[in-house]
Amino acid sequence: MEDLLMSRATDFEASTALRIERLSFAYPDGHPALHEVTLDVRQGEKVAIVGPNGAGKSTLILHLNGILTGHGTVQVCGLDVVKQNLGKVRGLVGMVFQLPDDQLFSPTVFDDVAFGPLYQGLPEAEVRTRVEQALAAVGMSEYMHRVSHHLSVGEKKRIAVATVLSMQPEMLVLDEPSAGLDPRARRGLINLLRDLPQTILVTTHDLPLVRDLCPRTVIMDGGSIVADGRTADILADEALLAAHGLEMP
Amino acid sequence: MHVHFLDPYRAGTSPVHALDPRIKLVLALAFILTTTLTPIGAWAAYILLFALVLSVEILSELGVGKVLKRSSLALPFVLAALPLAFSFGTQKLFAIPVGFGELTVFAEGLQRFASIAVRSWISVQVAIVLASTTPFPDLMLAMRAVRVPRLLVSIFGLMWRYIFVMADEAQRLMRARESRSAVLAMPGLKSGGSVGWRARVTGGMAGNLFVRSLERGDRIYSAMSARGYDGEVRTLGLPRVSRGEWALLIVAILVLLGLLWLSFLLS
Repeated sequence: MEDLLMSRATDFEASTALRIERLSFAYPDGHPALHEVTLDVRQGEKVAIVGPNGAGKSTLILHLNGILTGHGTVQVCGLDVVKQNLGKVRGLVGMVFQLPDDQLFSPTVFDDVAFGPLYQGLPEAEVRTRVEQALAAVGMSEYMHRVSHHLSVGEKKRIAVATVLSMQPEMLVLDEPSAGLDPRARRGLINLLRDLPQTILVTTHDLPLVRDLCPRTVIMDGGSIVADGRTADILADEALLAAHGLEMP
Repeated sequence: MHVHFLDPYRAGTSPVHALDPRIKLVLALAFILTTTLTPIGAWAAYILLFALVLSVEILSELGVGKVLKRSSLALPFVLAALPLAFSFGTQKLFAIPVGFGELTVFAEGLQRFASIAVRSWISVQVAIVLASTTPFPDLMLAMRAVRVPRLLVSIFGLMWRYIFVMADEAQRLMRARESRSAVLAMPGLKSGGSVGWRARVTGGMAGNLFVRSLERGDRIYSAMSARGYDGEVRTLGLPRVSRGEWALLIVAILVLLGLLWLSFLLS
């Protein structure tokens, strides 16, 4: 019995995709943004982080690949997010920012999707395969040689996802993925993300998206995690949602 | 998550903060003009000017160290005057061997360069004190009051308003790039790409920022037109300058004129 418990514990250890322990962060101007945040995410889990504007959601996810560093520990797939590991960590965590225009900084769609693999130093043939696979995964294969600037927001969003898929990350982190999308583009994105095998973390205000995509929900407010549980339970708790400025449409 | 470090203004309650921005602007410009007009090599006058700016810095409670640190911004511009040391004058001081020739440093040239460097450094400090003790909107009002062309002032204003937006935008672009700059644990793989490729990526980012700024400019203009903008900026009237402040202005300008006269006398 004890052996069984032990092996379970190791299994759990091995399958932890993200471990955040007592993470605190204040911006250089002294404004505190995170307060002792602790969060574990298992491999393959799809977790939503919700909360009002200024709750610290975006600040938290910028810690997952070391763009910001606070006090406390952040581990991705057992790797500490510290300066000497940043290169590796950024290959494990695919970060999709809120505004696809920020993500797409190259002249053509191909250049943008190829950026990650090229930076990693992969051989050209491998880069081409990765780009083709990533664009196929988001259903945008025929856009390879288009100019990113001229695409619609929905198309840009899909390509932004492809730019990190081409790096074959273990985990995807998306900041407000459905912001600015029309219903069809939004639905397409939800289906796309649901079918991906990676661990996914999304920050959003879009609770129906949370219901359709993430079995687990974390509520943040004032820089702390105030609730963490099954999405069905959390979304059913109207008083809890209202207390943190959220509402189910 | 915004870029704030660009704004030099530091709130405070010192007499320098409290002074009317119009008087402050005129005094700062007069001081810079005086510094510029002092002759080459008038070291005694430079020391007096420096003492004056130092006392204003102490009075402003900004922290002399901080102002001096910021004033290092002037250094790259001072370099533009460096060739003077090698090209101006007749009295050779010493020579520095470079490659297959040598650079001769002339005494007159060196003095000229040092004078320019010191005067720019003093002037920059005044500008820093002005910008650190006056909120930018007040500075703009002051510029309008002393009849700086209104169009120029509104260009300054728009620049000030949107430079932070652009800096934020640039920061987000760089974060997105950083996030995808990964290293694989595979042996024999060199990450980072070639210099040429990285330069092309950076060029793409600069172009991206440029196009977005241009588009934003169009959107802002539409939004301004929608509220009746016709190229003319209208503002509320300004309060009167008090007698004490007029007196201060006159005394300060007389002191500066005296200093200027002294500097010619001494050199």
